[in-house]
Amino acid sequence: MNAVVALDGLIRERRVWRGRPAALPPGAQPTGIAALDAALPTRGWPEAALTEILLPADGVGELQVVLPTLARLTRQGRRVVVVAPPYVVYAPAWQAAGLDLAQLSVVDAARGDIAWALEQCLRSGSCAAALGWLAQADDRTLRRLQVAAGSGQALGFVFRDRAALANPSPAALRLEIERHGLRVHKCRGGNPPAPIAYARS
Amino acid sequence: MLWACVRLPSLALDAALRRREPPDRPFALATGTARQRRLVAVDARARMAGLAPGQRLAAAEAVCGDLLVDEYDPRATREALALVAAWAYRYSSEVRLDPPRAVLLEVERSFGLFGAWLQLQARLRGELSALGFRHSIALAPTPRAARVLAGVRDGAAVTACDALPRALAQVPVARAGLPEAAAAALAGMGMRTLGAVLALPRAALQRRFGQALVEALDRLLGARPDALAPYRPPDRFDARVEFGYPVQHQPALLFPLRRMLGDLAAYLAARDGGVQRFTLRFVHADAPPTDVAIGLLAPERAAAALFEVAKLRLEHVTLPAPALELEVHADALPPFAPEATDLLDARAANALPWPQLVERLRARLGEDAVYGLRADADPRPEHACVRDDGCGAPALPALPPRPAWLLPRPIPLRGPAPKILVGPERLETGWWDGGDVRRDYYVLELASGQRAWAFAAPGERGPFMLHGWFA
Repeated sequence: MNAVVALDGLIRERRVWRGRPAALPPGAQPTGIAALDAALPTRGWPEAALTEILLPADGVGELQVVLPTLARLTRQGRRVVVVAPPYVVYAPAWQAAGLDLAQLSVVDAARGDIAWALEQCLRSGSCAAALGWLAQADDRTLRRLQVAAGSGQALGFVFRDRAALANPSPAALRLEIERHGLRVHKCRGGNPPAPIAYARS
Repeated sequence: MLWACVRLPSLALDAALRRREPPDRPFALATGTARQRRLVAVDARARMAGLAPGQRLAAAEAVCGDLLVDEYDPRATREALALVAAWAYRYSSEVRLDPPRAVLLEVERSFGLFGAWLQLQARLRGELSALGFRHSIALAPTPRAARVLAGVRDGAAVTACDALPRALAQVPVARAGLPEAAAAALAGMGMRTLGAVLALPRAALQRRFGQALVEALDRLLGARPDALAPYRPPDRFDARVEFGYPVQHQPALLFPLRRMLGDLAAYLAARDGGVQRFTLRFVHADAPPTDVAIGLLAPERAAAALFEVAKLRLEHVTLPAPALELEVHADALPPFAPEATDLLDARAANALPWPQLVERLRARLGEDAVYGLRADADPRPEHACVRDDGCGAPALPALPPRPAWLLPRPIPLRGPAPKILVGPERLETGWWDGGDVRRDYYVLELASGQRAWAFAAPGERGPFMLHGWFA
């Protein structure tokens, strides 16, 4: 034994699975969507971890899930990076969603460089959140991103096609966007809650 | 005034070794014509094998079969000395070049900033070793005494003029830096140490050996001022490495590159400047040289950061032919303002500030791969989102809902008739610059559940052109 680890710390970091779920302290990264906050065991995004958002197609409200969080972070003067967005990031709409555009940066990357760029942003510690669109990502890539988010204390969001649900993922939270709500497939610190009814605005 | 002398006993060898990976065999420098090649300098392994400077190369190779020989380059040796002087300029405003292999710097006035001599000396030694120079250092009240002491006893320190004669008493006459003729004559008269010479009456010395010897002794002891031209660092940085054999592959280039950018960083630290643009030039045997320009967002002077950017930039460069020579040029050396960091800010070990992260991303992904955005007041959607040019955001009128994703150019929307949620919103504008648009925009819900932003010709409800997604 070269290090003494406090049991409380392990439990609070949700690294120990306990048969009887205990109430966890609320996290510092609420999603801004009341129904989702209520359903997640940490009452918000898993901190310093990777979140996978799975969608059937573009334009089903996938950004509405994260925009309140990004607005909160940029208004706090913290940097948010969008890596390889599939379309033009339309500034008027993002501004209308409450973001401070001065803290938003877009990174263009070729297909092979997306994961690298995302990892650099997450690991650097100078970005509060980084969003990436990974067309194909293997388990190893996602694990690297998960570790990078942990060491850089950043929120990582990876948007993927829902076909990826067939494969396991190291992400701390897997959230699927459905027609009339959200479904949590995996979340750290508890069993996945029932599907969440959520109407997009 | 207190002078520190940095003596570089194996300058030629160090200058050659700095340019290459450390050899795993005996190593020597040779010069001369093809038939009369002689060794100029040998490293420790070669010395152990029985080689010595001045030996014929043929004889040396007979003695030591696996000897690695490089050409002695007097220019590289001079440049190495200039580099040490430029580095020393960081620690003193008065630096003197003392060719062939010493640099003198006045340090008494630097103690306030860098700490007492012991600390400053440790720092000088650490940085010289990191730069790859073997050295001996001595401190004395006069430049000449410092040089003599550095040649005799590494680490000697004399702080008062009164103590000089005693400190120098045991120095052999041959190594006291006296005029050569006089030194030979003194040795012939049986005076082996400087102490014996100093004990003689001055008038007799002057009569017998002339004015030159007395002046040299006076300069040594500080009775007469010493005139060496002060060193001024140049306003640009140029460094050059010849490989001696053609190099094509990246890894072989990285070692000399790291060394050269380390030199650049040492030079910049001495000037208290930074570098924002520099050029790597690869010289080929029979092709025009390849220039790789490297630009940074803000002046930088940390060796690791410069190397990181250059390395990433080089990954995207293919050399047309093997390189024989690598040069680093930096013309513009703007002032450098170090980033203010918080004393109590505990950051992760591999944390990278935002500007450096941008440098790293730009180096690999391209010069304009990272950008900010700004909303513009132009009513046309294509023109309402521009790259951030520092103009600041204008006040925007309240608009009906706009999609978070915009397609770079509209495409026809196919499939079954969508449900109209909002619309029409008439946009009829752009007459002033020829980009006239007349469109009716709708928010549509597709059968798949996607929400689209699409337009149709004025007054019509299809066919639709898809222009964005409400994501």
